[in-house]
Amino acid sequence: MKIFVTTYLLFLSTCFAAENVELLKAPIDLTDNQSLQRGARTFTNYCLNCHSANYMRYSNLEDIGLSAETIKRDLMFNGDKIGDTMSVTMPVKESKKWFGVTPPDLSVVARARGADWIYSYMRGFYRDPTRAMGWNNTILANSAMPHILWELQGEQILNPKTKKLEKFTSGKLNTKEYDSMIADLTNYLVFMSEPGQLKRKKMGYYVIGFLLLLLFLTINLKKEFWRDIK
Amino acid sequence: MKKDINRQNNTVGIMGWIDERFPLSSFIKNHLTEYYAPKNFNFWYFFGAIALFVFAMQILTGIFLTMYYKPDAAQAFASVEFIMRDVSFGWLIRYMHSTGASLFFVVIYLHMFKGLMYGSYKKPRELLWLFGVAIFLLLMAEAFFGYLLPWGQMSYWGAQVIVNLFATIPFIGPDLAEWVRGDYLVSDATLNRFFAFHVIALPLALAGLILCHLIALHEVGSNNPDGVEIKDTKDKKTGIPLDGIPFHPYYTVKDLIGLSVFLIVFASIIFFAPEMGGYFLEANNFMPADPLVTPSHIAPVWYFTPFYSILRAVPPILGSQFPGVAAMGLAVLIFFFIPWLDKSKVRSIRYKGTLYKKWLSLFVVSFIVLGYLGTSPSNIWGQFSSVIPLLGGVDIATVVARIFTFTYFAFFIMMPIYSKKDITKKVPKRVTMK
Repeated sequence: MKIFVTTYLLFLSTCFAAENVELLKAPIDLTDNQSLQRGARTFTNYCLNCHSANYMRYSNLEDIGLSAETIKRDLMFNGDKIGDTMSVTMPVKESKKWFGVTPPDLSVVARARGADWIYSYMRGFYRDPTRAMGWNNTILANSAMPHILWELQGEQILNPKTKKLEKFTSGKLNTKEYDSMIADLTNYLVFMSEPGQLKRKKMGYYVIGFLLLLLFLTINLKKEFWRDIK
Repeated sequence: MKKDINRQNNTVGIMGWIDERFPLSSFIKNHLTEYYAPKNFNFWYFFGAIALFVFAMQILTGIFLTMYYKPDAAQAFASVEFIMRDVSFGWLIRYMHSTGASLFFVVIYLHMFKGLMYGSYKKPRELLWLFGVAIFLLLMAEAFFGYLLPWGQMSYWGAQVIVNLFATIPFIGPDLAEWVRGDYLVSDATLNRFFAFHVIALPLALAGLILCHLIALHEVGSNNPDGVEIKDTKDKKTGIPLDGIPFHPYYTVKDLIGLSVFLIVFASIIFFAPEMGGYFLEANNFMPADPLVTPSHIAPVWYFTPFYSILRAVPPILGSQFPGVAAMGLAVLIFFFIPWLDKSKVRSIRYKGTLYKKWLSLFVVSFIVLGYLGTSPSNIWGQFSSVIPLLGGVDIATVVARIFTFTYFAFFIMMPIYSKKDITKKVPKRVTMK
């Protein structure tokens, strides 16, 4: 019995144990089309140069309030058709030679890594002269990815004593503007990982409403039939 | 053909025409309208019917997934995303299938627990129980083969780990593992054969075993929460058990309630939490399989974790992991022996003594704790302080898993002793309505 109690307590205490790396909380709001559109712009302008999103079609961007014309004019740069997927022009073999790894496809990255991870990762770059690209990351140590947005964020360095990031030089955006840009990008990546998720949730309310009605009916049906069973 | 077969069923018209050629009316009578089930079924008796429903649903959704899925290492991952995004309502079919897989195990575990509580395996229902355990065994295989198909990182490395378990078997192991994979590592060849097993071999075998399970059930009649044999007290004139009621319409309408509640739970997961916090769809499985990158923590899906914990808990002997593998296999196979391990005079927990209740609770706690530990790395609770003799530096979770592996097996091995020693209560002649 004692073993029971101790294991139960152990079990409880570990349920609330913290993760290894502290992640920042990403402010995700999939109903905010403005934020999703800004995120889509950042994604197609920066990320899509090296990373593909091979399962995502440009036409899916109509779900976040963009018209076909706007998508073609502002977000498509290599003459794709609107029904095409977001492929990358950089050849896979070359990119592996340049970076050591092929930049992963980002279609479902938000489901693999989680929004908080992406949000923290994109804010976690710091200068590291020992790395080939000159950059390192607090969330993914020795990441092969250079800091693409450094001109916007400015450079950060890692204080070796406090293990905290500190601003070294300032960029085109101030900290608040950069963080909000990354929040929009993360929001977009969450949308892209399952473009139909808002519709799914909306449909869920109707389905559950219908099933509750069914439950009410079946309970009364059973009562009616079972009246004579003592 | 003579008319008397027809007259026996008193059917005319189309039914009469069929009955002269096929025993439809008598089939309906024997298995539905005149199959007498005890009238005192409680909550726990919903799960058999629900399991049958889930099986049918997995087959149906599976058919539609197969129309779009490509069992090819180069295309599998992409074809799943194609189903999720481009196929009309493909996401719904896929989530129904993935959620259905997990809920199948929830339902089966509850169904088995019902059997343990009410002694549904005791004479004359031993064979019914054996069919059930065989179904459970095949269901595990079915789930394992299916999990490789999305070709994500967890699919790939999970399959790698499980197939390598076969490699630990002395002498024939490595060759056996290679034979199962069809290659030196999990590859396209493995994916193709697992697909064949998942969509044809095992569903067919499962369907056959489920049929046998139902035939055996209808031959011996259903047990009930009192463990009273209703066939012992029959109406003298009609020969119908006094405590029995026709399965249809009484239990068909009652099971509809259970089904409605189940569907509400099912729909809540599909529409609002299809990943179920990473337990039904693991995050790592949204990364395509990469034979060159091993994930730092490989965890099987939740329904395998109690057995996986047992595997990890047993220490290797002479550098061989085989004892752990054997223990894991035994943890499943031992269910086959329950009908002969239980020496109690009574069936139902209602009339068993506190001794059995304590052991059953211990078993449930062991199963849940082992299940939880199987989802986490073994260093999750840290190590014992080095000042403690013997245990210093050992992972706490490993020691806890060992203790509960021991109690898991003790539940079965000690059963002949405690079930005999247990002070049972007097079983009433007739069922009670609670």
